[in-house]
Amino acid sequence: MLSVLRTIWMVLLHSFRKRDTVLYPEVKPYLPPRYRGRIVLTRDPDGAERCVACNLCSVACPVDCISVIKGEDETGRWYPDTFQINFSRCIYCGFCEEACPTYAIQLTPDFEMGEFDRQKMVYEKSDLTISGVGKRPGYNYYRVAGMAVGGKDKGEAVSESEPVDIKTLLP
Amino acid sequence: MAKITIDGRQYDVDETDNVLKVALSKGFDLPYFCWHPELHSVGACRQCAVKQYKNGDDTQGQIAMACMTPASDGSLFSISDNEAAEMRAQVVEWLMINHPHDCAVCEEGGECHLQDMTLMTGHTRRRYIGPKRTHRNQNLGPFISHEMNRCIACYRCVRYYRDYADGNDLRALGSHMNVYFGRDTDGPFENEFSGNLVEVCPTGVFTDKTLGAHYIRKWDLQNAPSICTHCSLGCNTSPGSRRGELRRIQNRYHGEINHYFLCDRGRFGAGFTTRDDRPRQPLSRSANNVLEPVAKDDAIAAVRQAIASGRAIGIGSPRASIEDNYALRHLLGAEHFVNGLSAAESRASHAVRDLLADNANHIATLREVESCDAVFVIGEDVTQTAPRLALSLRQSAKTKHFELARAANIPKWHARAVHEAGQHHYNPIFEATPAATRLQDITAESTHGDAQTIAQLAFAVASRLDSQAPAPSNVDDELLKRAEIIAETLRNATKPLIVVGTGLGDSDVVTAAGNVMKALTTANDAAQIFPTLLEANSLGMSLFDAPSIDHALTQVESGDVDTLVVNQNDIFERAPTHRVDAVLKNLKNLVVLDHSLTETTARADHVLPAGSFAEADGTLINNEGRAQRFFQVFISEGPIQETWRWCADLARALGRPVRWNGMDDLITAIVDELPQFAGIQDAAPSQSFRKAGMRFPRGTHRQAARTALYAEIDVRERRPEVDADSALSFSMEGYHGSELPSELLAYAYAPGWESNQQAITRFQDEVGGHLKMGDPGVRIMTSKDNGGYTKLPQTNSDGGGWRVAPRYHIFDSESQSARAPAIAERVNGRQITVNRASADKLGVADGDSLSITIDGDALSLPVAIDDSLGDQVIGIPIGSQGVSGVHAASQVEA
Repeated sequence: MLSVLRTIWMVLLHSFRKRDTVLYPEVKPYLPPRYRGRIVLTRDPDGAERCVACNLCSVACPVDCISVIKGEDETGRWYPDTFQINFSRCIYCGFCEEACPTYAIQLTPDFEMGEFDRQKMVYEKSDLTISGVGKRPGYNYYRVAGMAVGGKDKGEAVSESEPVDIKTLLP
Repeated sequence: MAKITIDGRQYDVDETDNVLKVALSKGFDLPYFCWHPELHSVGACRQCAVKQYKNGDDTQGQIAMACMTPASDGSLFSISDNEAAEMRAQVVEWLMINHPHDCAVCEEGGECHLQDMTLMTGHTRRRYIGPKRTHRNQNLGPFISHEMNRCIACYRCVRYYRDYADGNDLRALGSHMNVYFGRDTDGPFENEFSGNLVEVCPTGVFTDKTLGAHYIRKWDLQNAPSICTHCSLGCNTSPGSRRGELRRIQNRYHGEINHYFLCDRGRFGAGFTTRDDRPRQPLSRSANNVLEPVAKDDAIAAVRQAIASGRAIGIGSPRASIEDNYALRHLLGAEHFVNGLSAAESRASHAVRDLLADNANHIATLREVESCDAVFVIGEDVTQTAPRLALSLRQSAKTKHFELARAANIPKWHARAVHEAGQHHYNPIFEATPAATRLQDITAESTHGDAQTIAQLAFAVASRLDSQAPAPSNVDDELLKRAEIIAETLRNATKPLIVVGTGLGDSDVVTAAGNVMKALTTANDAAQIFPTLLEANSLGMSLFDAPSIDHALTQVESGDVDTLVVNQNDIFERAPTHRVDAVLKNLKNLVVLDHSLTETTARADHVLPAGSFAEADGTLINNEGRAQRFFQVFISEGPIQETWRWCADLARALGRPVRWNGMDDLITAIVDELPQFAGIQDAAPSQSFRKAGMRFPRGTHRQAARTALYAEIDVRERRPEVDADSALSFSMEGYHGSELPSELLAYAYAPGWESNQQAITRFQDEVGGHLKMGDPGVRIMTSKDNGGYTKLPQTNSDGGGWRVAPRYHIFDSESQSARAPAIAERVNGRQITVNRASADKLGVADGDSLSITIDGDALSLPVAIDDSLGDQVIGIPIGSQGVSGVHAASQVEA
């Protein structure tokens, strides 16, 4: 008998507590910047796309939902000809972000991606690319890598010396 | 045999080997760069450091380079020793100092030996922050990309290119930090085997440009065990595909044939399968006389009608598999089937077949060619018609180096010392060809003349070797003197080799080689024969015992036949153009089953899209009589299917019984009906073969993007394709273990070893030896002695007329590869060649245009003077820019 009364008392007390339930979607929850939601492709500080189509995200993906096809411009710069993510398979594990050597692919705190048609869950490069640098300001892969691309010749990358003159007789 | 101890365990090893080779053979993961099983040791990279102990009491030990240490009896080593491991980690660290941080944009990434070795040694973080040296790249032509920044200066490339392949336009330039591997100027490599640099280079300095153009990582490629279809040698390849498109050809190790290397034609010649002009739909000629796509059922009905209403004859092809050709023969009946070879080539190929049957116990493998100590090449310019053989012949000449080194007590793996001991001493190679060849830098003596002269020389050699052999009469003394020298050398050799080919389209040359072999083998049982033919299945076609294409043309001309069914063949390559033109005009129906838009395909009334080697399964018989199976690489979109499937569809439409559904039944049917092919059923495991209940994967264990690859078409994943014709699977699933049958090994990978040339180590009985599960293929030639010597043919030495010498070109003369865009880029300005005296007689100078009539066809090309040609001999370029093939009589008027 006593325990029943105690229970009723407890319930009564709880009616005056602050609510934990948030009235989504009117009220948006706070998600930290490192929350793993919708995937984006970022740009480098110079505004060019960061992705170099190395396919490491694709191979790191445990559900194999990323498909990248390499393209190469006339200056030798690699870029993704197509970049496709099947979000209906994505588990938002963030392995792709960890694998990315150029900080191109990043997960954002946006999770509102519901669709009635599953086909619409397939995102193309144009759906994924944003105009900013995302979480990694400052980094530009081609400034570090030794390959010559448009606007950066051999020897102009970070800590590189001038190209060797192979015709010189000096040691 | 010696006993050595590695990490406390004793192993029985060959004491003539070095410790690195032994350790790798025994399954140790010991990092290395500059060593290669075919290039041996130079001790340049210092990567394979191990600890060597004086004896059991020695606890200190000393660091030694495994590749430069003999595996002598009783020696003690440790690979896992801390100091040795630390040294290896340091070596990688200093090799990586200048490495450009560009794996993400490097075509080698994912199959890179440098990546493997950094991982194996545990070097994961860069400490060096100083400036890196950089280099400018060169444009190396359509085959190979160059990115010098990635170089670790292991010298493998120049050792392969200069010392092994005998090229001289790649060299190490500069010294110290400046060392650079490249050519003097931009431009394609001159050597025909430059493509191997892609695999020999342990980093991404040299990469495959044709792959780079539609790049995909190694782990995403769907591979299949395949056979190169661009010459008769049957090199094993591993083509890789993605999304139903062929991306590249890689070497597939075969211990008896190509081992580690391919020629450039084989490696870069597959582009013909991805051409836009390729027929991918059934086509029928419409009312306004153009080929238009039709539905598959309509096409079958139309072809059925054509065959049923007419008198049809089937034309087979030396490019197509035994199965494809048999199916066509079965569809139209044995008496309505021709082998698709030109009359001349057919005669020569049949002569080769008899030569092989005659010498069944003396047929060399390509690998054995490398150990022969005297070679007589009769009539064939092997660099152009069977390129991989030229690389092996070069090694046979260099066997002398190893012989001299052995006498000087130098171990065979000590590459520099062996090279110095050998200097410029080579085993003798004698060549008798129409003109100077690319092998002339290592030949002891070359004889040039037309087919008749070459046959006479061979007959003379035979008669000098054995007095029983018929001697040629009225031969000039010069030729006899040469024959004497050749005979003397062959007699004194321990393992002489005769190479003969069908390139001249002359069966007398082949029978002459048969006489030489007979004379040789009576004295020396170790003598070897190695014939070459012109196409991948030329020998297989000669086994069909069918008449040549001439028979079909004659039948049309006489009106007995009004319909031709052509399987993967271009009639214009097999007979003079004017004749074929006339024949095609008289036809009621021309049905073509092909994968390429050949001249014949363009003239067809009905075209059925046949699968190329990448879209079909089949068996090819190579020049040594070895039956080898190639497997479908991918299932293409649309109605492309094997010729044998088309033939089965047509037979059903015609209401004729079809005895086969899949490959297994088909092969059984072939062997039942044509006993000469007995053995081809053992060329590969049957389609029901399983290991632990599993199929064998075409994909790597980490093939990516499965759920996204076709998502833009349909988000629902496709059902995995099922292979009805082989034990392979079209996925990553299946048996990945070490007991994978060699015939079904689609690609090489072993844990920690991603790069093709290094990973294959784990599948070999010893490094550079045979495959553990046996080298693929079975020899099907049965021995049949035809008795004595062949008599001399009647010579028609009218002396007056011009004679033809076919001049082949590695990139132009084989019509499939010549269609590949990268290959086509390497063919420029083919010429008619004559010597100076002939040029004067014709009144032309170098570069002038010359018009001639060959077999009734007009040909007009610039002239080049080549003084190695004989008098009255005109060198005719065979290929897209000259004459399309060696035809019947090859009569020429200037």
